[in-house]
Amino acid sequence: MNEITEVKELAQSIKMFKVRAPEIAKKHKPGQFVILRVHEKGERIPLTIADADSKEGTIMLISQEVGKTTKMLGQLRRADKIPDLVGPLGKPSEVERFGQVVIIGGGVGTAVAYPDARALKKAGNRLISIVGARSKDLLILEEEMKKTSDELYVTTDDGSKGHHGFVTDVLKELIDRQVEIDRVVAIGPAIMMKAVANITRPHRIKTVVNLNPIMVDGTGMCGACRVSVGGQTKFACVDGPAFDGHEVDFDLLMARLRTYMEQEKIAMQPPKTNQAGR
Amino acid sequence: MAAKPSEKLLRRVPVRRLPPEVRRRTFDEVSLGYNEEEAIAEAGRCLKCPSPFCIKGCPVEIEIPAFIECIKKGDFSGAIAKLKEKNNLPGICGRVCPQELQCEAECIFGKRGAPIAIGALERFAADYELKKGVEIPEKAKSTGKRVAVVGSGPAGLTAAGDLAKLGHDITIFEALHLPGGVLVYGIPEFRLPKSIVKAEVEYVRRLGVEVKTNVIIGRTLTVEDLFESGCDAVFIGSGAGSPWFMRVPGENLNGIYSANEFLTRCNLMKAYAFPEYDTPVHSGKRVAVIGGGNAAMDAARTALRLGGEEIRIIYRRSRDEMPARAEEVRNAEEEGVTLELLANPTRYLGSKEGWVERVECLKMELGSPDESGRRRPVPMKGSEYLTPIDLGVVAIGAGPNPLIAQTTEGLKVGDDERFIVDEQGKTSRDRIWAAGDVASPEGTVIHAMGNAKKAALAIHNHLAKRASA
Repeated sequence: MNEITEVKELAQSIKMFKVRAPEIAKKHKPGQFVILRVHEKGERIPLTIADADSKEGTIMLISQEVGKTTKMLGQLRRADKIPDLVGPLGKPSEVERFGQVVIIGGGVGTAVAYPDARALKKAGNRLISIVGARSKDLLILEEEMKKTSDELYVTTDDGSKGHHGFVTDVLKELIDRQVEIDRVVAIGPAIMMKAVANITRPHRIKTVVNLNPIMVDGTGMCGACRVSVGGQTKFACVDGPAFDGHEVDFDLLMARLRTYMEQEKIAMQPPKTNQAGR
Repeated sequence: MAAKPSEKLLRRVPVRRLPPEVRRRTFDEVSLGYNEEEAIAEAGRCLKCPSPFCIKGCPVEIEIPAFIECIKKGDFSGAIAKLKEKNNLPGICGRVCPQELQCEAECIFGKRGAPIAIGALERFAADYELKKGVEIPEKAKSTGKRVAVVGSGPAGLTAAGDLAKLGHDITIFEALHLPGGVLVYGIPEFRLPKSIVKAEVEYVRRLGVEVKTNVIIGRTLTVEDLFESGCDAVFIGSGAGSPWFMRVPGENLNGIYSANEFLTRCNLMKAYAFPEYDTPVHSGKRVAVIGGGNAAMDAARTALRLGGEEIRIIYRRSRDEMPARAEEVRNAEEEGVTLELLANPTRYLGSKEGWVERVECLKMELGSPDESGRRRPVPMKGSEYLTPIDLGVVAIGAGPNPLIAQTTEGLKVGDDERFIVDEQGKTSRDRIWAAGDVASPEGTVIHAMGNAKKAALAIHNHLAKRASA
């Protein structure tokens, strides 16, 4: 169980892992995630299931090395085992034939957008994808998204590939061109999802965002992941992770994402400093 | 009734505890328990009432005078054997049961003096066995029947242990990465050392029970999957894992935790040892814990141990209505936690960056009794006052996780989202039983165990009937 069968570096510090987890692979639906721990004293972190092969009994996880846990995960190789892995968690994404759907993936959020894109395509939607990253070295799943989409736009903040600018620039342009959009799905940094929601709100385009708050258990047990949606408190792990982007309080989400900024730094300092820090 | 006790007999052999000034900053267990001499002396007080009331006060009906008699004679192995006839988890119960409301409340000594320290004696016997090496009782012949147990908390461990002893093939499914449920994520080390939980889970394992962690019933597998894989019955003891919030303004500010999150970070994830352990937790200098139950006491005392300076428990009723175990309220107060009674938060105020800075409370007074029989707190108009805080913990209770109810057809729940069960814990669905917080509101380890025992027996009878049919 939980054996890694393949590791691939998708971009600088972004890795794909195929993990043997037959029960999760069998039950998984797009939009769902797992919680994992990489060692005995480790933290529980959520990662979206980017793909699953129920025949092979594997799931695909994509992780960007940002903190201690993801950096330790990045050290794992084929044949290593992930000590604790549980899922699939969260509500599956809403997949129907909506018409023309714009799907936006920002940074490693594209890993989350990808399974949604495939499901939406399979359901008969026409798909316009916008994939963005800080620079071309950080772009992931571009080929996969291209195959899945009817149109693909690439943006980079530094202009090293595709449109020089943000994913929202392309979205704005599509709206200005009066392209018919029945639904927008936006997955990426909170600030990006907020910007997307602000653009689509005046045009009343249904916008679904996938939230990424801090979680502990991921089963609805702690409330660490609480978000405010339409003035109501929701737990992203069981009520989400997808919500109506026009109803989400993004400022609250961003503030809560900063809860452990100090501790994240401490966790990566050399041990001596750690002791002093305590 | 037995002869009139002497004055000396009316007094209990005190249980030694770490002094408050020592324990305020350590997660080590507060209660030190009895040594052999103390245990024998305390056991010697028991009058062996011919028709003992204490047994009636025990939800699992331990033959209390019999185990105490063994201790009195120095037969500690006999004492633990007697305890384990009815209770698979004596080391846990001896520590966390509200004995003052149960067995000890019924003790005849309580009328004029201190009741026998039944809890401390139970713990003594359990700890004696753990040191000596745990014996596994003989099990019934294998029946070939399979039962799935959902959840490895007090209810699940009890049902699993009882059913395994009766010869059934038991698998426990636990959602978290460690077995024990609330015993590992909720109750702190200083009240219930995790080594004790581990040992008692190990005992249940050695009875032949398989424990599968990291499986969420309702997600990884459904109850239907369990039946399809060949289970003959399912027992659900998934607890009350879904925390309640008051839904007042500012409750989502940074620095406000549910008791579940605060305690899970500290107990299950060992955040108090950050950065040795990877999971962080925020400690505060000025901490407000909302609620009057055991989780509130646990959270307050944990906050203190994390370095808190001014810890207050804000509770809307008075001391008499507090649901927490009396000993824990006393422990908390001795350690310097302040009880702010008859007060209720109305909102939290925070900084520009979204961190909690103050809590606004309203003073309350007690009105007429409500449906729980306790006097209802009534707000006093215009009595709002502000208190500066940098950490808040909401410990007002928790409800069942809805995942199993949502994914199992025909499993009926009540308005409180708990499963509707009969006296034996039978749910509205054929072959499914439930007990513990997921099925009843008492909220104590021992009630969960008592109801789980009844359900286990009902499952056994059901399986026996089917085998003979």
